Amino acid sequence: MSTISVTVNGRTYQSDVEPRTLLVHYLREQLNLTGTHIGCDTSQCGACVVHINGQSVKSCTVLAVQADGAEITTIEGLAQNGQLHPLQEGFWEKHGLQCGYCTPGMIMSAYDLLQQNPNPTEDEIRHGLEGNLCRCTGYQNIVKAVQYAADKMNGSGNSPGE
Amino acid sequence: MTTVTKMVGQSLKRREDPKLITGKGNFLDDIKLQGMSHAAILRSPYAHAKINSIDTSKAKALPGVIAIFTGDDMMDINPLPCAWQAGRVQNNANTPRALSAGKALYAGDGIAMVVAENRYIARDALDLIEVDYEPLPVVVDAKKATEAGAPQLHENAPNNICMTWDCGHKDATDAAFSSAEVTVKEQIINQRLIPTPMETRGALARYDEATGEFTVWMTSQAPHVMRLLLTAFVFGIPETKLRCISPNVGGGFGQKIFCYADMAFTMWAARKLGRPVKFVEDRSENYRSSTHGRDHITDVEIAGTKDGTITGLRIETWANLGAYLSTIAPGIPTTLYGRIATGVYKIPAAYCKVHGVYTNTAMVDAYRGAGRPEASYLIERMVDRFAAEIGMDPAEVRRKNFIQPSDFPYDNGMGLLPYDSGNYEPALDRALAMVGYADFRNEQAEARKQGKYLGLGISSYVEICGVAPSAWIGLPGEGWGAGLWESANIRVHLTGQVVVTTGSLPHGQGVETTFAQIVADELGVPYESVLIEHSDTAGTPFGYGTYGSRSLAVGGTALYKSVAKVKEKAKKIAAHMLEANPADIEYADGKAYVKGSPDQAKTLGEIALQASVAYSLPEGVEPFLDETTYYDPPNCTFPFGTHIAIVEVDGATGMVAIKRYVGVDDVGNPINPLIIDGQLHGGIAQGIAQALYEHGVYDENGQLVSGTLMDYAVPNAAMLPNYELDRTVTPSPVNPMGVKGAGEAGTIGSAQAIMNAVIDALAPFGVKHLQMPATAERVWRAMQSH
Amino acid sequence: MIPGEFQYFAPTTVDEAVSLLQQHGEDAKLLGGGHSLLPAMKLRLTTPAVLIDVTKISDIKGVSVNGSVTVGGGATYHAVASNDAVRSACGVLADCVAQIGDTQVRNRGTIGGSLAHADPAADLPAVALALGATITAQGPGGARTINADDMFVEMLTTALEPNEIITSVSFPRLGAGAGAAYEKMRQPASRYAIVGVAAYVKLGSDGNVAEARVAVTGAGPKATRQDATEAAITGTNGDDAAIAAATDKAGEDMDYLGDIHASEEYRRAMVKVYTKRALAKAIAQARG
Repeated sequence: MSTISVTVNGRTYQSDVEPRTLLVHYLREQLNLTGTHIGCDTSQCGACVVHINGQSVKSCTVLAVQADGAEITTIEGLAQNGQLHPLQEGFWEKHGLQCGYCTPGMIMSAYDLLQQNPNPTEDEIRHGLEGNLCRCTGYQNIVKAVQYAADKMNGSGNSPGE
Repeated sequence: MTTVTKMVGQSLKRREDPKLITGKGNFLDDIKLQGMSHAAILRSPYAHAKINSIDTSKAKALPGVIAIFTGDDMMDINPLPCAWQAGRVQNNANTPRALSAGKALYAGDGIAMVVAENRYIARDALDLIEVDYEPLPVVVDAKKATEAGAPQLHENAPNNICMTWDCGHKDATDAAFSSAEVTVKEQIINQRLIPTPMETRGALARYDEATGEFTVWMTSQAPHVMRLLLTAFVFGIPETKLRCISPNVGGGFGQKIFCYADMAFTMWAARKLGRPVKFVEDRSENYRSSTHGRDHITDVEIAGTKDGTITGLRIETWANLGAYLSTIAPGIPTTLYGRIATGVYKIPAAYCKVHGVYTNTAMVDAYRGAGRPEASYLIERMVDRFAAEIGMDPAEVRRKNFIQPSDFPYDNGMGLLPYDSGNYEPALDRALAMVGYADFRNEQAEARKQGKYLGLGISSYVEICGVAPSAWIGLPGEGWGAGLWESANIRVHLTGQVVVTTGSLPHGQGVETTFAQIVADELGVPYESVLIEHSDTAGTPFGYGTYGSRSLAVGGTALYKSVAKVKEKAKKIAAHMLEANPADIEYADGKAYVKGSPDQAKTLGEIALQASVAYSLPEGVEPFLDETTYYDPPNCTFPFGTHIAIVEVDGATGMVAIKRYVGVDDVGNPINPLIIDGQLHGGIAQGIAQALYEHGVYDENGQLVSGTLMDYAVPNAAMLPNYELDRTVTPSPVNPMGVKGAGEAGTIGSAQAIMNAVIDALAPFGVKHLQMPATAERVWRAMQSH
Repeated sequence: MIPGEFQYFAPTTVDEAVSLLQQHGEDAKLLGGGHSLLPAMKLRLTTPAVLIDVTKISDIKGVSVNGSVTVGGGATYHAVASNDAVRSACGVLADCVAQIGDTQVRNRGTIGGSLAHADPAADLPAVALALGATITAQGPGGARTINADDMFVEMLTTALEPNEIITSVSFPRLGAGAGAAYEKMRQPASRYAIVGVAAYVKLGSDGNVAEARVAVTGAGPKATRQDATEAAITGTNGDDAAIAAATDKAGEDMDYLGDIHASEEYRRAMVKVYTKRALAKAIAQARG
């Protein structure tokens, strides 16, 4: 067992973990933050994407011990003061989700994308989300959702995404 | 709020979403129970092997391991049932057990179960179990499995044949071919696919020793059916001793309809150990051991005249069913395939023969579209082959042979109930117009001169949704061992809140939203005051579940009818309250009033209050507004449409790029266009994925080579196009709302649009057919060899 | 989905990491970005007893551009791809790493990890070969440099000693008259290269190709220089005919691997197609 100290969604935790504990298992099972999902075992699907120190990572391919001292943001930490993040709003408005299983990871990846590139083209959105698989939507409405959020975050008018 | 806006037809955003976008969903693996233990399964690495012995002693000694069980331990429960013994399965319906004993029939067959304090220990223990396997010869190809000398899987299935089934008219078809002006023959393979819902499958079982009751949380599209199968067939206990709950389900696509070993072994172990037992598949486990889809090898011939009239269709298919029969496997390549093989065309003579075959592979069962994508791919490829053969425009061949609006209801001669309705030409015309068909051929010719290979592919499809009625689909007819009706209960509480319980259960389809839209309109109450409850056998009426695009056409109609019953009762109570004759009462916009006096109305809330407190009810009227309907439709519904793809093939590499994708679908009256388009998008994505990317590949030893997402190419956002959609509306006459179903149409319509486009692009190379997926190498080879 | 048990160390200096490697010998594996190692451990394809996490060693994370481009072994792909100085000094390096995996892989995966793992389908080895990169490794005896040409020995095997760690990799600055490109056909599921070709050319004062290096990854068991192609293009004017002639010689003398995504025969053909594309792009770039 190793003791780690991590700040998740603004709250600091001291926890004992096995070295082999995957970050995703730590978040889900020790911290009960079950919004981060597991969809594969080879780092393809992106259902487990969270941010470590502001960068999106696949939490199934990071050991919890490696996150010692880090700031982590999960889907649960995105809405502030009960106010949905523009990406969450965008996914809702544009029907960017169906079963919702990939959605937390998809949103966290889109969040990274918009940090890097606040005005992405459709093509840049599609390529920026290459690390996330969705089986329900065929992605078109996910692209619209990200466009909605980009527009809203850039403050360009009242009818984002149209 | 008394004025009610019409909800049906509006693109309402979904009420399901707030919890899903904030990480507050409740999926199976999110559930923790007091004392919960974790299961892991040891799976056979061999595709066919005799199991001489299993030594679990070392694994049992690992600290944290609670117990280890093998197939022999679980002989007190029965094998899983096959519920749809279509296709004349005769005494050889070999189904899996909770754990296999003595023999493993595919790589991934479960043979031992570890239960441990946590999933890490459970996994570690698997490596300590020692098994003495005796490998046996393997066969993975459905056609080869039927040949002399092939390895045999089941003693009761000589030549591995589970069933031989046919439909249509053999003699008439043979005659049509012998007198045909033109015939075209092809071998068409519909490759094996792995459904890949983003959430894998699993089960969490709890047993209450005091009451003898089980509760199982499961990733299921049909918990009521699972309850029935697990109690009556597997455990032999009263149905009431099991409660099945589907929490949020992370996509199904067919794979989560079925009764699986994990449901049985978690229940068995929970009872044995007195602790809850959870099992959740890894992705690679899901790939090896949950059901796959498609996997047909088909010899197909089409006959016609030189001027483009199709006169005959003859099909022989070898359908790979895998090592055992999954729950509804035999129905997929028969009822849902052969009977719709003639598609949107009037074909006077058609015949389809299907061999259902056991092989040393994972079980094959319904995957989105289930039989219908295989059928529509076949006919739409052959229509293109025929058009090319006679040098006619493929759009015109389609137009010339379409079933005409005046032909409905239309009997296609394949043993299906009559197509309920259709009007195929407007959808074709609209799609052709959207894609700019008139100009495309010039553009294509110009592009070819510059060494660019453009191709356009048309797919005009029809499918079967809301499969019913029970009297047809059931044992007397198609072999489905139950009914296919659906249920809805509606209660108007004292406060005017409306609670609906339904046997349908959504796992992404937006049923909570669309059902509430229907109730709000029909009952004239605010959308916000309608609650839709589902997915728990405690508290919902029996229902057959959500698959086959049936929730709206069947479940939604049950709901619609329950609403009508509530209104009738409300009118009686209102008449009493208004001291009027019930026959004079009208119900509109949530109010009941005497005809001509809407100002003297009683609102539904007032009526519900009266019905609940029951101080003063008319003679013979029971308290409370509470009505249930079990709706068994008189027929299926038949959505249709035309999809057109334009692709460009890289002449040097064979890589295919999709330039345009147009779809015009007719799913009947739309309830929520936003949700319909979402269903179509996702469906099309899965069809494109079949055409270009996905392939479940076994090697000759029965190892699943495409065993992880590193080798099975589920497309990401950059691999799929924008979908340009439009619709025509031909209301179904089968149900009062005129709805049909939209969940599978996209998948059924799309793969052949892409493949026809790829093959059209390759016309300068003389390519006439190409098997799916059209990978860069496969396309490149086609260009090299011509 | 669950790795086997191991002992975990997170040294903060290279010396510490090297001594841990010495101490644990073959039982130990270095953990960088982990996107090759951890999935393999989760599938129990490998079960190392000791993991030495090198991601906490800040000394090997730097990216600097002076006379050459020097990238720490622990620098992530993202750190390289998003570095403007790298992009202007050695665009092909930034382009190549920007095509690896996906955003999340690039946020974790490291330059040193890619070269040390030597996956036959990894992108970076081709660019390292084409650019003549120099790899600096530190072991118990101190630091040494390895030329990229000597680095890739066979499938998943490099010239690194078991107790060495890549501390930095040096790539040349592409000055005037030089051009380089990386062209890749992706395996659609894994996003690794089915075939990837990196080409570097330097033009002489006469405008002809004075120097060329071409390397292929993805097609065979290891990334491989294309000597015959390089010889064929060198001294030519680099026009379409010269590129075509040089391309004809690509991939003739190397081993191939086939799998469900691409046969050996197809890879052989694609080596030529992508060599042509990479060479054409590199020459166009060299001409400015």
